[in-house]
Amino acid sequence: MRAFVPDYQMEAPPTLAAALQRMASEPSAWKPFAGGTDLMVLLEAGKLPHRKFLSIWKIPDLRGIAASSTHVALGALTTYSEVRRDELLGREFPLLARAAAETGSIATQNRGTLGGNIANASPAADTPPALLVYDAELELVSPSGTRVVPFHGFWKGYKQLSLHEDELIRAIRLPRGTYGWMHFYRKVGARRAQAISKVCFAGTARMEGGKIGDLRIALGSVAPVVLRATETEQALRGARPTPIVIRAAQQTLAREIAPINDIRSTAHYRLRVAQNLLAEFCEIISA
Amino acid sequence: MTDSHDKIRVHCEVNGQAVSFEAYPMERLLDALRVQMELTGTKEGCGEGECGACSIEMDGSLVNSCLIPVLQAEGAQIRTIEGVAHSAQLSALQQAFLTHGGAQCGICTPGMILAATSLLERNKDPTDEEIREGLSGNLCRCTGYTKIFESVVEACRTRKRGQDA
Repeated sequence: MRAFVPDYQMEAPPTLAAALQRMASEPSAWKPFAGGTDLMVLLEAGKLPHRKFLSIWKIPDLRGIAASSTHVALGALTTYSEVRRDELLGREFPLLARAAAETGSIATQNRGTLGGNIANASPAADTPPALLVYDAELELVSPSGTRVVPFHGFWKGYKQLSLHEDELIRAIRLPRGTYGWMHFYRKVGARRAQAISKVCFAGTARMEGGKIGDLRIALGSVAPVVLRATETEQALRGARPTPIVIRAAQQTLAREIAPINDIRSTAHYRLRVAQNLLAEFCEIISA
Repeated sequence: MTDSHDKIRVHCEVNGQAVSFEAYPMERLLDALRVQMELTGTKEGCGEGECGACSIEMDGSLVNSCLIPVLQAEGAQIRTIEGVAHSAQLSALQQAFLTHGGAQCGICTPGMILAATSLLERNKDPTDEEIREGLSGNLCRCTGYTKIFESVVEACRTRKRGQDA
């Protein structure tokens, strides 16, 4: 049944300071609301238990893409469309640009935000595998100041965030350390456009004389959280990706992920596809 | 018992005209357009951002109006299908949909036109692939998409001819 909208409150604080103050005034009462592409779906389905929302969509301090010599910082409200249009991101962080292009439709890409994708914490989200692979950091802001935490580990479990009740995600910071690496992103869904993933794989690697000098791998939709496959990375780091090495890495991957049966796919299919994508990644980076 | 709150007054511009209306802040812009402003060209299909029937342009971007709470439309410039034609003059896209059978039952058509209009505003000369992507958020259960796709291709051609002439 549809939600009864008069039960819901929404305010639009004009500045970051005003938003933080509102959140601090009634701890846990106000939930941030960005582009609405996830929350409005829940509202329509009558499954939005929270009642008070702060529209942060127009807060200037949460917008914009800024590059320094070491990092690129993306405001939490950076939309998928903005990611796709940004030349620097396309050049240095192609997995993120690709993930943004694979997320929903154009209309969704115009409203959905990176901060929202992180805060919504869906294990099937499209940009988090890319963010994990690029060692993204989150800039969290509260009335008591700012802290920067790694995105890896920020999701503690299914839909569980390491975010204090008075904190907002202000920006996502990407270290500019993988420029020139090989990049591989593959989202497997029911159809190419607009599907939610059954398995999503993001990987980047640097080859050194036929061996994998360094690499990073992350997967979506195969565990309660989007997962950095550190053990699988370890199995491949420094190795020449021969069929035997790849086979062993596939077995490590099977231990590292925890796919389930759900409305979109089966555990068996997800495991097989994840292993196949790992092999494809290895072949592409060593080709 | 429910814990109901007050309506707010929203001011925005719809198809070039300043409007203001009262609504609960999380009411869907789709409903405000259809019910309060009686702009029923914008359709509701899925109500969850999958089908694109409720596509409109807001501040120059294509959006699903079923996913916009009215509070976020405050101060916005909105264009619906009713604002695509210039008085009685159909846009090149609308004309192409007519000529090439791009519309059957008509439910998806306003959203298709808005998505295609938005694409052509961003990209004057889209490739076939870009047209397909531009329409990929809009579902049609009648046409099989081919005639819709051809309508957009033809509108691009017509426009090009107009510019070359």
